[in-house]
Amino acid sequence: MSSERIPDDVERTVQTKTRDARLGSGVDDRFNSRLRQAVGSSPFILTKFDKFMNWVRGSSMFMLQFGIACCSLEMIHALMIKHDVDRFGAGVPRASPRQADLIIVPGTIVSKFAPRMKRVYDQMPEPKFVVGMGSCTISGGPFQEGYNVVKGAEEVIPVDIHVPGCPPRPEALIYGIAKLQERVANGESSPVVVKPYELEQFGDLHRDEVIDQLADRIDEDSLAMRYNWGDSP
Amino acid sequence: MSTLEHAPEGAVEVDPDEVVDRLGDRVIGRDEHVNAPAVIIRPDEVVDTLTVMRDEFGFDLLSCVTAEQFPDRYESIYHLKQYADPTTEFSIVVPTDRDHPQSQSAASVYETANWHEREAYDLIGIEYQDHPDLKRILLPDTWTGHPLTDDYNQDKPQVVAYEAHENPLLDHTEGAESDTILLNMGPHHPATHGVLHLKVTLDGEQVADVEPDIGYLHRCEEQMCQQGTYRHQIMPYPDRWDYASAGLINEWAYARAAEDLAEIEVPEYAQVIRTMGAELSRMAAHFLALGTFVLDVYGEFNALSMYAIRDREKVQKILEDLTGQRLMFNYLRLGGVAWDIPEPREEFFENVKKFTDEELPASMDEVHDLLTDNEIFQLRCVGTGVLEREVAKQYGAGGPVARASGIDTDLRRDDPYGIYDQLDWEVITDDAGDVYSRVLVRVREVEQSAKIVRQCVDLLEDWPEDEREIQSNVPRTLKPDPDRRVYRAVEGAKGELGIYIRADGTDKPGRFKIRSPCFCNLSTLPEMAEGEFIPDLIASLGSIDIILGEVDR
Repeated sequence: MSSERIPDDVERTVQTKTRDARLGSGVDDRFNSRLRQAVGSSPFILTKFDKFMNWVRGSSMFMLQFGIACCSLEMIHALMIKHDVDRFGAGVPRASPRQADLIIVPGTIVSKFAPRMKRVYDQMPEPKFVVGMGSCTISGGPFQEGYNVVKGAEEVIPVDIHVPGCPPRPEALIYGIAKLQERVANGESSPVVVKPYELEQFGDLHRDEVIDQLADRIDEDSLAMRYNWGDSP
Repeated sequence: MSTLEHAPEGAVEVDPDEVVDRLGDRVIGRDEHVNAPAVIIRPDEVVDTLTVMRDEFGFDLLSCVTAEQFPDRYESIYHLKQYADPTTEFSIVVPTDRDHPQSQSAASVYETANWHEREAYDLIGIEYQDHPDLKRILLPDTWTGHPLTDDYNQDKPQVVAYEAHENPLLDHTEGAESDTILLNMGPHHPATHGVLHLKVTLDGEQVADVEPDIGYLHRCEEQMCQQGTYRHQIMPYPDRWDYASAGLINEWAYARAAEDLAEIEVPEYAQVIRTMGAELSRMAAHFLALGTFVLDVYGEFNALSMYAIRDREKVQKILEDLTGQRLMFNYLRLGGVAWDIPEPREEFFENVKKFTDEELPASMDEVHDLLTDNEIFQLRCVGTGVLEREVAKQYGAGGPVARASGIDTDLRRDDPYGIYDQLDWEVITDDAGDVYSRVLVRVREVEQSAKIVRQCVDLLEDWPEDEREIQSNVPRTLKPDPDRRVYRAVEGAKGELGIYIRADGTDKPGRFKIRSPCFCNLSTLPEMAEGEFIPDLIASLGSIDIILGEVDR
């Protein structure tokens, strides 16, 4: 509608110049790259949306800045220079669980902390992934026989990847994260289902409609962890 | 018990007979611990006795309170020391009835006793009368039973409620007129350095009250050590108390106590290696303290925190060459160390020398440029979070926290172990007592540690090849005489790290108690932070440099 319209020929000249400069020539030309050769001449890639989303999730993981015990030291080292897990697209620590999609559980979980950790996990938005770091999150590790130690993170939250070690080296943690990313990108990750701790009071019943109904009656404000130490592995 | 020939300034010489005479009929018996003379007193005379000990005999430091259970009685032991001369020690033993374990609280004499007695109540179950706030400290409030007693059933189910925290100033803060709010900080919070919970009551932007709530990492270290045999099974655990790479110092604390208990000699060569390793550990721990403190006051991951971690990596590399581990070394053995310097020795020494002579001075210059000489940093830290000298003594503070408040104390010099007394180094002190002093003391201590490491390397390089004895001859099974008790401390990265062991004639300790420096240092936080702004609370907390594994044990 504008009366100050630039004549067609002028515009085309300018654009062509820029484009020529960008295009360049030869195999490194970004519009004629190996990727292009691989997928054909079409500028579109046809894929399933789920697959695309999985790829996105796996390639950009925001992890929670969550330190518990000794392993958190090695986690810090995995984040900082030399190891720098950011190179693999998983190294932006978020202080708030509401912005994170990966929680690394770095250390021993004790009775007083377990409900808090559950609360932190609950605050993370879906989809969320858990890497258990170190022996303590597998079984309680060296402290397994302690009167106060929860025998592994899976007693509280589901864990996708276990990284063994006491503590695992930063390289091991990075390998664990990379494995998780690979699984997520391939759509393989399905969180292990553990019985929610709120339902512990119903013993070994399988989760069914009755239990779901009963679960509704639980007062969320006075949630309790019930530690049946005798039954723990 | 030891009396130096030249008592340091301010130290009071103590004759046990004189103490017994002065205490009169409060005393019901005497005993002799490996480290100190002990008197046994009536449980209703604790305050009077300790007041006399503090005011007349100069015992201004209550190192530790150990509680124990015996088949016929409970006992609390107050380990007294003098800041001016920590080798002048005294133990006050307070036995109480097995059926009604009640004992007078010492919290009115020493502020240190407050938290220690709460812990004793929590784990052993002695009730301290007139204690200001006798409730559980490490375990959840809903816990039933006292876990370190002989009749505790560990398989018993426990219920831990997750309730909203109440406002401690609720009574006078209710209603529309109220000016204060409660802010829960932690247990998951990036600035708490782990899992610490602070109940902060705010008056506007100012901190009106702060109450640390600990126990989120109480992983039963004392129980684990009581279950292990002296020779090999206990040594891995000390690494996990102060896990900021200070592992070798922690191991040394156990080794020192156990070696005195079982009368084991350590070869000189192993002492040199231990000294070098411990100082490398201290450097790594201080680098971490520096890096995380910078994160606290400056915010996101910035250059200086990266540099600190970079230097830490270098130290860890050296320690890995030496011990085979990055973090959990398990390198010390009773009577020596696990193995010699790695071959080729020259290469190892070259690496250490390159670090202490070239890389460290450069990075220390960088730290001083970016941090301690930085005007913005000084504005932020000078004068905030002040801990007065006398207050620090009351709370039993140690390490850089005490030294920054002008208390000239360092067990490496005052109660020498290893080869520290043969080396040339200084104890760094500062008298301002603020956040800046604490950081400065730590940075300078790194330089002193490097000096010590360098001297150890010189000694090790010239050590004749046929005299490199790394371990003395230690029996396969150690069974110290029953009822032998020892309390021994080393200068940990955070302060006095003490171990109390009572032998019961078996190859496992009858009681194993850890005196954690972070535990005492953290209890000074309310003194630093109350009346300050919230950001200064964060800075104060960061400058104490707590490691929750050591606070909660």
